[in-house]
Amino acid sequence: MIDIVLDVLSWILILLGSACVLIGGIGGLRLPNFYTRIHAASLTDTMATILIFVGMMLQAGFTLATLKLFAIMLFLLLTGPTATYALANAALLSGLKPDAVTDSDKPKENTPE
Amino acid sequence: MYVVVSVAILVTMVLALVRALKGPTVYDRVLAVNVFGTKTVLLLAVIAFLYGRPDFLDLALAYALINMVGILAVLEFFQNRSQRTPKGEDD
Amino acid sequence: MILIFGLFLLSLLVITAVAIVRTKDLFVAVMLTSIFSLLMAANFFILDAADVALTEAAVGAGVTTVIFLCALALTGDREKPREGGRGLALGTVGVLALLIIYATFDKPRLGDPDAPVHQHIAPWYIEKTTEYMDFPNVVTAILSSFRGYDTLGEVFVVFAACIGVLFILGVSPPRKLLRVKDSSNGLRHHLIPQVVGRLLIPFIVLFGLYTQFHGEYGPGGGFQAGAIIATGVILYALLEGEDNALRAIPRGVLLGMVVGGALLFGGVGIVCMLMGGAFLDYSVLAADPVWGQQLGILIIEAGVGMAVCGALLAIFHAFAARERMS
Repeated sequence: MIDIVLDVLSWILILLGSACVLIGGIGGLRLPNFYTRIHAASLTDTMATILIFVGMMLQAGFTLATLKLFAIMLFLLLTGPTATYALANAALLSGLKPDAVTDSDKPKENTPE
Repeated sequence: MYVVVSVAILVTMVLALVRALKGPTVYDRVLAVNVFGTKTVLLLAVIAFLYGRPDFLDLALAYALINMVGILAVLEFFQNRSQRTPKGEDD
Repeated sequence: MILIFGLFLLSLLVITAVAIVRTKDLFVAVMLTSIFSLLMAANFFILDAADVALTEAAVGAGVTTVIFLCALALTGDREKPREGGRGLALGTVGVLALLIIYATFDKPRLGDPDAPVHQHIAPWYIEKTTEYMDFPNVVTAILSSFRGYDTLGEVFVVFAACIGVLFILGVSPPRKLLRVKDSSNGLRHHLIPQVVGRLLIPFIVLFGLYTQFHGEYGPGGGFQAGAIIATGVILYALLEGEDNALRAIPRGVLLGMVVGGALLFGGVGIVCMLMGGAFLDYSVLAADPVWGQQLGILIIEAGVGMAVCGALLAIFHAFAARERMS
């Protein structure tokens, strides 16, 4: 009984994680500005990492593989936001302005807001 | 189940590659490389599980550590470059 | 299924390669080369070659990108405009590619159990590894013991490459070193990368040592471990400055590691000869031949790891010191 619950739970988590990954990829292409693309890329990266790795850890049980998965998840959680911070900082300090109209995909003039 | 995840991650890798090829500024390309690196770690971990060989998780661990060093090195050298020659965006 | 993944990744590889050739900005080319290395690592992984995938990821996507960027910082970063056509080059490459594709028509299919290589060589290696060396990783056994001469040659190639680069760039910068400009925008003045980097460096070095000594049981070995430890020290150099990194591991120690690694490998071979066996025949190193083989492999992998780590760090410091001077 308990393993069916674990199975279904890990299925759900892994599918949600893959949905996050896809959303991040689509966002990276369609969003208009560099700073908005960073949002899409980094947020969905971290969320997908947590969901997929917790799903896989539930499948693996109490083995060495679970420890390794936990270590990989921990390192990705530490290094992902750091890389994002460094990237955004570098872009800001070398003059790229966070202004929605500076990029090639310009938003239309009268958007229904 | 793992096949679905692998397909999703591969599609995102293609989208990141498109951003790396298209991106108007250099920082877009660095962002694309970062996303590509993280997705590679995810793909390696998922395929290691798909194969049923958990000792291949060492590769994902190694790459998760090395990815950040690569991005930080890129940013350090890019800052030095932009200090020497004031340049905004490139093609 | 694996075939489809493999084909998909290979087509991404072709797209990336075409983009690398066609771009004129070299910085973009370096970024795309990093993506290329990642795709190759994923490809190797899908083909079940874990040791090669680990080496490609550690060396290609990590250290090589950093060294290319150091080189770009010294030279310009746009390609010089070329005059004249590329007809001759395109023609030559096209003819050679067609010849190679024609030559692959005779190859047995991937994973075919009737292929000649699976009839006598592969089963022999798989049996004899358990009999002679008693550990699971056949790749390490072939690399370090059955084909030890090739690995000896590789270590000496790494050594020669390091010497070549140091001849061109100079071991240490000349006396008239300008005052080091304290770039106020460098990484060393930001808190978050400093904190996270200091947390990660011991883990990277620990993981490098784990890979070094675990090479007999899983993917790993000397080359990968050397690249991972070099990455850890490069992270330290990025966060704290090259001066502090040189104070931590001075140039003399780096050169000693390169030379010592190569000599260690050759020395083990000579010790084997002195103890009565052939060159690089580790069974004579101890009373029990299986333990002798394991001891020999342990020592030469340590030699390989030292040589690779020292070479990569020496090359990095040579580039970085030149950049500081300009």
